Amino acid sequence: MVQARGADGMRRAQMAGTGRGGVTGTRSVCAARVPRIRHLPVLLPLMLAACGDARDGIFFAAGPVAEAQRAHFFYILGWMAVAILPIFVALPFVLWRYRYGRGRGRYAPEWESQRLLETVFWAVPVVIVVALGVMLWRQTIRLDPYMPLGPDPMTVEVVAMDWKFLFLYPEEGVASVNTLTVPAGRPLRFVLTSATVMQSFVVPRLGGQIYAMGGMVTELNLQADAPGVFRGQNTQYNGEGFAQQKFEMTAMAPDAFDAWLARTRADAPPLTPEVWQSLDTRATADPAVYSAYPPGLFGRVVDTTLGTGSHHGGAGQ
Amino acid sequence: MLGALDWQAIVFVRAWRDPSASELIGAAAGGLAVTGALAAVVLLSVFRLWRPLWSGWLTSLDHKKIGIMYIVLSLVMLLRAVIEAALMRLHQLVAVGQGGPLSPEHFAQLFSTHGTIMIFFMAMPLLTGIINYVMPLQIGARDVSFPLLNAISLALTAAGAALVMVSLVIGRFSTGGWSGYATYTELAYSMGEGVDYWIWAVTLSSLGSTLSGLNFAVTIYKKRCPGMTLFRMPLFCWTTLCTSILMIFAMAPLTAATVMLALDRYAGFHFFTNDAGGNMMNYANLFWLFGHPEVYILILPAFGVYSEVFATFSGKTLYGYRALVFATMCIAVLSFTVWLHHFFTMGQSANINAVFGIATMTIGIPTGVKVYEWLMTMVRGRIRLTTPMLFAVTFLVTFVLGGLTGILLANPTIDFSVHNSLFLVAHFHNMLIPGLLFGMIAAVQVWFPKAFGFRLHEGWGVAGFVCWVAGFYLAFMPLYALGLMGAMRRTSQWARPEYGPWLAVALLGAVLVLGGVFCLAMQLFVSIRRRKELAVPVGDPWDGRTLEWACPAPPPEWNFTVIPKVASGDAFTVMKREGRAYEMPDDIEDIEMPANSAVAPVICVASVATGFAVTWHIWWLAVLGLAAGWGAVIARSFVLDTKRRIPAATLRASHAAWLDRLRRTVPVSRAGETDPRNDGLAEHGA
Ligand code: HEM
Ligand SMILES: [Cu+2]
Ligand SMILES: [Cu+2]
Repeated sequence: MVQARGADGMRRAQMAGTGRGGVTGTRSVCAARVPRIRHLPVLLPLMLAACGDARDGIFFAAGPVAEAQRAHFFYILGWMAVAILPIFVALPFVLWRYRYGRGRGRYAPEWESQRLLETVFWAVPVVIVVALGVMLWRQTIRLDPYMPLGPDPMTVEVVAMDWKFLFLYPEEGVASVNTLTVPAGRPLRFVLTSATVMQSFVVPRLGGQIYAMGGMVTELNLQADAPGVFRGQNTQYNGEGFAQQKFEMTAMAPDAFDAWLARTRADAPPLTPEVWQSLDTRATADPAVYSAYPPGLFGRVVDTTLGTGSHHGGAGQ
Repeated sequence: MLGALDWQAIVFVRAWRDPSASELIGAAAGGLAVTGALAAVVLLSVFRLWRPLWSGWLTSLDHKKIGIMYIVLSLVMLLRAVIEAALMRLHQLVAVGQGGPLSPEHFAQLFSTHGTIMIFFMAMPLLTGIINYVMPLQIGARDVSFPLLNAISLALTAAGAALVMVSLVIGRFSTGGWSGYATYTELAYSMGEGVDYWIWAVTLSSLGSTLSGLNFAVTIYKKRCPGMTLFRMPLFCWTTLCTSILMIFAMAPLTAATVMLALDRYAGFHFFTNDAGGNMMNYANLFWLFGHPEVYILILPAFGVYSEVFATFSGKTLYGYRALVFATMCIAVLSFTVWLHHFFTMGQSANINAVFGIATMTIGIPTGVKVYEWLMTMVRGRIRLTTPMLFAVTFLVTFVLGGLTGILLANPTIDFSVHNSLFLVAHFHNMLIPGLLFGMIAAVQVWFPKAFGFRLHEGWGVAGFVCWVAGFYLAFMPLYALGLMGAMRRTSQWARPEYGPWLAVALLGAVLVLGGVFCLAMQLFVSIRRRKELAVPVGDPWDGRTLEWACPAPPPEWNFTVIPKVASGDAFTVMKREGRAYEMPDDIEDIEMPANSAVAPVICVASVATGFAVTWHIWWLAVLGLAAGWGAVIARSFVLDTKRRIPAATLRASHAAWLDRLRRTVPVSRAGETDPRNDGLAEHGA
């Protein structure tokens, strides 16, 4: 329903003057070069030390976005080491050599500056920041959350509610609450709004996160490379049920996904206006799937939240 | 008559009606607050201290006393906020996979009060207090430019803190976090008094800080002693100047945001609502327009303190003074250009994110330079690793780690994955604890003997240092891991057993931090008991380099018998080297010092009353409070006799007594710095 942007009162989640003109290139994320991950083995044991199924977050990337983020993470660590390691090495040495009493270092209480050193002190951080800045620019543009990850993405409309997520599949016509089923290997295009306060939608292993805001539409493009179950959640505190606003995202092989769709259409109840009424309260919700939902629901949520929709019927009518 | 207030609001009544663990903990906390207040009243009465308190402190306009009152306020608030932090940690550990002792709502109040207190009522008063005490002495002034305004700033800040304390007993506090993001904090989603408490507490504090900023900046511009050019100022004064400028410009957006939110809540405006043309993105924008410079308001004074500490305790002049000044200025200016990094994930274009990401990383340049300059300050020095220096050295290491994670977060791509997670919580604690708290603790260690005439006990200081540092690492390193494992901030419970061990370590860290607080309290207690042997009446216990050490400890009300004249940086070191440090000036004159005034305490009480009244919709009291506060200001403008004259004879006698004490004092070398021989007279070049 993003086509409705701007047209019937929807606003892009943008501040004035931040037009997105030039950045809608179609370069695929997977195609671009990313530094490989060499440092991972060092950190893995650390992460796993806590036992249990600690596999979450970008270190266990399950999609192209998270993979690129992870690579960028280690790229930054590498460059920062240039600035940081000298300090860790020099500090103990200096403390030892110049200690009061028995230190062997020369004492020069008036020594206050040295041109060459000063130049180095400014130059090193400048070089590092330039290197990191170039990378930052490239990666930020490349991983623009609005940019589709490939042709033919599947669109999922996300309505952030207190304290649950409602997922609408506009092309497939099904819906679900606090559970999300998607095909693996196909680009996903999440279109988000909020029926209540601001929330933030994230699936850590896929990377990326974006706010869902009332009366506004934002977008997040992700992809799960292989079948699996990933945790997703709201990260922006929104009241008592915040800790429960979590969901499981299941990525399935395409045929399994089709089978799931067929099952859902056949067996699940529809999302009726009554169901909507019960969802539209400040309460947590158990995972549920629906075979159908009122067409145009997403757009009406945007309008109602914005106060331009029908004040009487509510979005579910 | 009492607006929205009823008996149900009292925490004890709530606990009586519903004796759940959560309410009982609330009642216990309320009980502690009430007991503390009553104990203070009883002690003051028993020891007949009301009058000295009133005339010696509450109505005093002496910058030194105001500074000390700020610090006392911040330490009380620190105690509460640290206990809350440990309680949150305990709850989160117990709550893994089950309910936990606190209700989600109570947990949310805890992170909101903890954050609000730590920033507005611990950090800000603490650094304002240190600045108040030290800066005028360092520039060779007798007081700040506007002594009464100074007292009023304190009054407003204290009133805000009082409101937060009252919310412990009457009603509930906000659950919107320290940032109070709309739309969640709008009436439609947060009914009741909580957010209103937050709004008025923060508004009072931000007004106080704006006034402090103005006062400090003017003082530095106008009150430097003859010869003290800007580039001869101690670095702490430079960082104070930058912080003050930030305060002047950065507090305003916050005040605007809270007032607009108040208009939404009280008068049905639509600044930040979902509907009717409101837009919460504007709130985020305004808040961080304040919020980012705020972190530099918090950190810069500590940078100043560390600069003094590295130089003094290495017995050496500061390396790269000009570079440090320049870097400080760069940071201050750049800090206004990066606020958007707090909401990279709000859906704006990638270009915007990239620009602000790079701007953010740019701050890393001057900051990196500073770290190297501090390291070089120790090179070719003679390093004494006493308590303040221990904190300073630990700061270097720890702050660099925080900087590393800061650079990570400055990258929108990385931020997209860890925004709002415990990784972020770890990062900002990793900056604020070494970059603010450790600095201020070091400052207290350094300047306490100046303020009270005796040193703080070194053993307990080191013990406190060990607890704080170990506690910090244990409490926050696990949060980096948890954040990378998908644990989000402000979460009251997780159903994930694998978080357990990390949370347990973090709890241990929080307990150690509490131990650190205990050690510092013990340090104070032990030092007071042994104040005779720790006394440093001559006033220069650390072989200081700057003017504040050129007067007795504690300094007289008027600081300097005659205003010093300086011809270089490190003014006191030069005076000592040239043998001019301890002379009888021949041009002593009568001086005027500000007379006491009851205006500030009246404004404090009036502000608490108004804030409380507005929170609870008790309109008559609000009007009364406003009238009393402004009445005091107006009445004051009719007072002509605002100065007290101190005759030259008094100054001369006081100075002579000091010199006399000095002549009976044996100078001590730096080897004897921490033992009883140190009476505050430094042996030259030893
Ligand atoms: C001394 C030890 C400290 C401990 C153990 C501690 C612990 C915590 C904990 C458990 C939280 C909640 C994290 C969450 O949202 O899940 C928190 C939040 C916070 N802390 Fe601390 N903290 C400490 C010191 C400080 C200091 C010194 C400051 C600032 C000067 C500070 C500022 C904050 C802020 C601003 C928040 C965010 C509150 C919010 O979410 O709105 N803390 N801290
Ligand atoms: Cu928006
Ligand atoms: Cu910031």
